[in-house]
Amino acid sequence: MKKAPTIITGTVGMDAHVIGTKVVSRALKDAGFNVVALGMQVSPEEFISVAQETNADAILMTSLYGMAELDLKEFNEKRLEAGLGDILLYIGGNLVIGRYDPGEIEPRFKKLGFDRVYPPETDIVGVIESDLKKDLKAKGKM
Amino acid sequence: MDDIRLLIDFGSTFTKVVAVDFGKEELVAAARVPSTVESDITVGLGQALNIIEGNTGPGDLNEKEALACSSAAGGLRMVCAGFVPELTSKAANLAALGAGARVIGCYSFQLTQQEIEEIEAAAPDIVLLSGGTDGGDEKVIIHNAAMLSRTGRAVTNIIIAGNKAAYDEIKAIFKDNSKNILYTKNVMPEIGVLDVAPCNREIRELFMKNIIEAKGIARAKAVIKDVIMPTPAAVLEAAKLIADGCEDAPGLGELIVIDVGGATTDVHSIAQGKPARADTIMAGLPEPYEKRTVEGDLGLKYNLDRLLEMVKGRETPANFDAIVKGFHEGRLPRTEEEFACHRLLACLTVEVAMSRHAGRLEVVYGPTGEKLVQHGKDLTGVKTVIGTGGPIIFSRNSREIMEHSLFREEDSASLKPKNPGFYVDEKYILYAVGLLGQVEPRKALSLAMKYLKPI
Repeated sequence: MKKAPTIITGTVGMDAHVIGTKVVSRALKDAGFNVVALGMQVSPEEFISVAQETNADAILMTSLYGMAELDLKEFNEKRLEAGLGDILLYIGGNLVIGRYDPGEIEPRFKKLGFDRVYPPETDIVGVIESDLKKDLKAKGKM
Repeated sequence: MDDIRLLIDFGSTFTKVVAVDFGKEELVAAARVPSTVESDITVGLGQALNIIEGNTGPGDLNEKEALACSSAAGGLRMVCAGFVPELTSKAANLAALGAGARVIGCYSFQLTQQEIEEIEAAAPDIVLLSGGTDGGDEKVIIHNAAMLSRTGRAVTNIIIAGNKAAYDEIKAIFKDNSKNILYTKNVMPEIGVLDVAPCNREIRELFMKNIIEAKGIARAKAVIKDVIMPTPAAVLEAAKLIADGCEDAPGLGELIVIDVGGATTDVHSIAQGKPARADTIMAGLPEPYEKRTVEGDLGLKYNLDRLLEMVKGRETPANFDAIVKGFHEGRLPRTEEEFACHRLLACLTVEVAMSRHAGRLEVVYGPTGEKLVQHGKDLTGVKTVIGTGGPIIFSRNSREIMEHSLFREEDSASLKPKNPGFYVDEKYILYAVGLLGQVEPRKALSLAMKYLKPI
């Protein structure tokens, strides 16, 4: 049997809204994943160095304050440079300021390297079951 | 008969011996003679013991109970290799420094052939290999183990303190290899957790068992009981004892020791270093409660060039350049002018070493306003600073020199002590306190309290 995949969680940039990432971390642990919970206000560089050191399979970022796009500028280039081209990247939350159409936001974040982009109030258990496990299996990580 | 204990420091330049009266908890004699590690270490030791005996009377010395530390023959020279610079490489570095080593090289990521050649040329006493949290990355540490397995005899002792999941494979790599490979716990078992104590113990044991032998220091065992640790480790042990106290004897609480030497300057802090303000965010790897840093470019004898560069732009006493040139040639200060120059260099050394040791506060501006982010330890509240090492001890301005370790408003991001009391290790006994503390902590502590002089 393969060991449980390692997933990194945290809020990105200066966002201090920690509840979302706590819920995500808890759900991942309950689903049997090895979780490295970095908590709030994690810099893009810290996500990268921790992913290297822990050989993580996915990063699940959350953001609520609407500045994620600004925080993640150049994140994709940096993680590719750091040899993390194969890691799964998910992000969810209130990703831009004001009301928005999730369909319009998704391509912008995909361009930043994210495999999946979720709107506010997404059911995390559903995400784990239907998307995360499938994506990890597709990469041979599960 | 009085019970007299001997404590010895085999330094690279001097062999120092102090004799302590155990019953009275007093210092009875001290001697300092040139070290003779190159030829036969016991020659210098014998001379020092003769001087001591001249003071205590013949037959009173019990050499067989004497304990020693050593920084002779280059000290304990280590190379650290980890994965990510600010994570496992830094953790390995902190572990080596805490064990009293001189870190002569620190590497990150996959070691290259060129780096391996560098390491071989450096011929370290120990290579400390870390990499990966437990269950984390295995590739880098396995690659690095394989690279190290191909080194020649210049690399003989390797301590593995990384991802335990890689150990079986690493063991297979070193099968049939004549190197001395030791496996200990990961210095960074998970992100944000530093576990240096097991690695520390392994380093010290290796030092006692193999390294003093290889350096010819073990010959001293013909006369004395044992050489138990590198000198900087003894100073760190003393700092710990003086801070924390023992049993029912309280210590001085959180403290800093500044040790200015000829080649390097050490700073030890025994302090939690937690943020002074509750709303400060901690960033980076947590630093150990007992933290030691070594500034290899700050010394008042061998590193004057580097110091001179730092002096640029500051006001200097008359004839500064010419006088420093004299120091270069081994001259010690004698005239007023020379003292002034020496003092300036000592002040600068203390200032820079303390700034590098202390944590820093960074103000980050986000959409929710200003945030304070702390890297390293906040030492602003530390109440005791102890100075040791020749340039501080033998100066007539010890306090002025040590005051350069203080917090300054102009550089308020540097979290240096704000209002500490200063002590000087007037009798040069900190190493002895650390050694004695291993067997008789209570007595060692009273000695320290008796002979550290408030200034």
